[in-house]
Amino acid sequence: MLAFVLRRIVQSAAVMAVVALIAFALFNFTGDPVASMVGPEATLEERARLRTELGLDRPFWIQFGHFVGNAAQGEFGRSLRQGRKVSALLKERLPATLELSLVAAMLALVVGIPLGVYTALRRNTWLSQLLLAGSLIGVSLPTFLIGILLILVFAVILGWLPSFGRGDTVALGWWTTGLLTASGLKALILPAITLSLFQMTLIMRLVRAEMLEVLRTDYIKFARARGLSDRTIHFGHALKNTLVPVITITGLQLGAIIAFAIITETVFQWPGMGLLFIQAVNFADIPVMAAYLCFIALVFVTLNLIVDLLYYAVDPRLRIERAAAH
Amino acid sequence: MNDLSTGDTIAAAAPSLADRLRAAANGDVAWSFRHSPVAIVSAIVLAVCLGGALLAPWIAPHNPFDLRTLNLLDALAPPAWLVDGRTAYLLGTDDQGRDLLSAIMFGARISLLVGLASVALAMLLGVTLGLVAGYAGGRIDAVIMRIADVQLSFPAILIALLIDGVARAVLPRDAHGTQAIGVLILAIGVSNWVQYARTVRGSTLVEKNKEYVQAARVIGIPPLTIMRRHLLPNVLGPVLVLATINIATAIITEATLSFLGVGVPPTQPSLGTLIRVGNDFLFSGEWWITVFPGAALVIMVLAINLLGDWLRDALNPKLR
Repeated sequence: MLAFVLRRIVQSAAVMAVVALIAFALFNFTGDPVASMVGPEATLEERARLRTELGLDRPFWIQFGHFVGNAAQGEFGRSLRQGRKVSALLKERLPATLELSLVAAMLALVVGIPLGVYTALRRNTWLSQLLLAGSLIGVSLPTFLIGILLILVFAVILGWLPSFGRGDTVALGWWTTGLLTASGLKALILPAITLSLFQMTLIMRLVRAEMLEVLRTDYIKFARARGLSDRTIHFGHALKNTLVPVITITGLQLGAIIAFAIITETVFQWPGMGLLFIQAVNFADIPVMAAYLCFIALVFVTLNLIVDLLYYAVDPRLRIERAAAH
Repeated sequence: MNDLSTGDTIAAAAPSLADRLRAAANGDVAWSFRHSPVAIVSAIVLAVCLGGALLAPWIAPHNPFDLRTLNLLDALAPPAWLVDGRTAYLLGTDDQGRDLLSAIMFGARISLLVGLASVALAMLLGVTLGLVAGYAGGRIDAVIMRIADVQLSFPAILIALLIDGVARAVLPRDAHGTQAIGVLILAIGVSNWVQYARTVRGSTLVEKNKEYVQAARVIGIPPLTIMRRHLLPNVLGPVLVLATINIATAIITEATLSFLGVGVPPTQPSLGTLIRVGNDFLFSGEWWITVFPGAALVIMVLAINLLGDWLRDALNPKLR
């Protein structure tokens, strides 16, 4: 047990180290920071002094160590474009992205699971066929096009919902939330649907497949033989057993949702971290890019680690397999 | 020359890809194609898209890049069937007076170019690394597959965005326009090699213990030749199916990156760039600048996907 946990933690740390190295290399690739800080008339001595002050004359590994130390404290320097501290920028944008991502994930679960159950239990109705066909088309539609179509229909033609921004927000400490105002909630609807649609189809198909699988098993037959009602069998026995993989996938997909929020945020000009990142890429704003990169890698690595460890704790079969393998 | 002929006779023991394709053209696959309305319709739609894109310089009604023919008075004309529409511009014009139909045809050309080239790059990388990993085994295998695992835990589009962003930061600003297409191909290609590597490694592990490979090894054929001449033809089948479906994904990725503004520049727009440009005019009622390139993209991608699905089923005897 301990060996497995330790190995997974070491692996995760290795991934983070590689990502940090890439982020650090970004700074070094892109020209001489001294040259961009001082004017062209600066003397060689001035340059050398600044170089020493900034620690740029020290060996590579020490500089990298410094970078990692600062990064661990969320310190990535100043944005080249906005001149503000990257940590402050990220902190300001974090609530918008997290709120959007979590609402989208909830929406995907709340709509996806019932649809999956329905299409599994009533397999041959026209509605099931329609839902399955629709989910295929939904997968072929790029996220940004879905967003544009929603804007065209609900914002431009019908004029019901706003098409950009977060609406009014309320500050709770440093966290700003749009969930407490009417305009904030209205502004959330279209981006959340756009972001959740792909995950929704994924969850629906997964639940359907798992349900069909479980309904064939012996304990369901046995439950029927005991004369339990359909409702108890479907929701008490079958659904419960399909939920473990569904929750795992959703947990893993949360990282993907945060990453795909880049696209949704650009379509809806949602003031989150994804929009910040895209603007940084457009303007080659290295500190912001590096910070976002490290952040998203941390999210992915942490989620993967948690899911792996949970699986290990929940599923005793894994433990036996691993014990046999070593 | 000697090892070539012996190699070929040994390889003939297992059906080569060319043989399989030839047999397929006469037999099952062709039959399955004729009896699948979805496949036929997709193929026709795709042929029209391909034809329109490849022949764009000759058959497009206007040349959207010829500045002399552009007239700002023609800008933002609606599609021909609407009020104020003109027959000269079937799908309307954009803000610079470019004919939208022609722009879509030229744009599809770039989208297809990036899609095909990036899939080719991903295949080259993935098949090579997968072959080496599977055949060499040991530490090389472990390193390559570890990298693959790590990359697979991030969405491909994020990796592509990252490579694209790094390239933009490294390249001088004025080179962005001219090298955008190359950068995109590199970014999308590198972000997609893992699937190929995994598939090829899996088949290589199976194939390398078969007699024809052992025989080739015994008569002293060097490992690189064995991989290229004996293993490669036998592990390529599943890869080709994967590639068809990945072309659709690559086209979507290209469109997404271009839409985000980090792809192809507006001076030489792909479908994604056209959608991005059109997005600015959505609110003033000029919906066609976005909707038609979007529809073209979806139709193309859907046709490729359906054709890929059909091909996978047709080539996989287990599903029949």
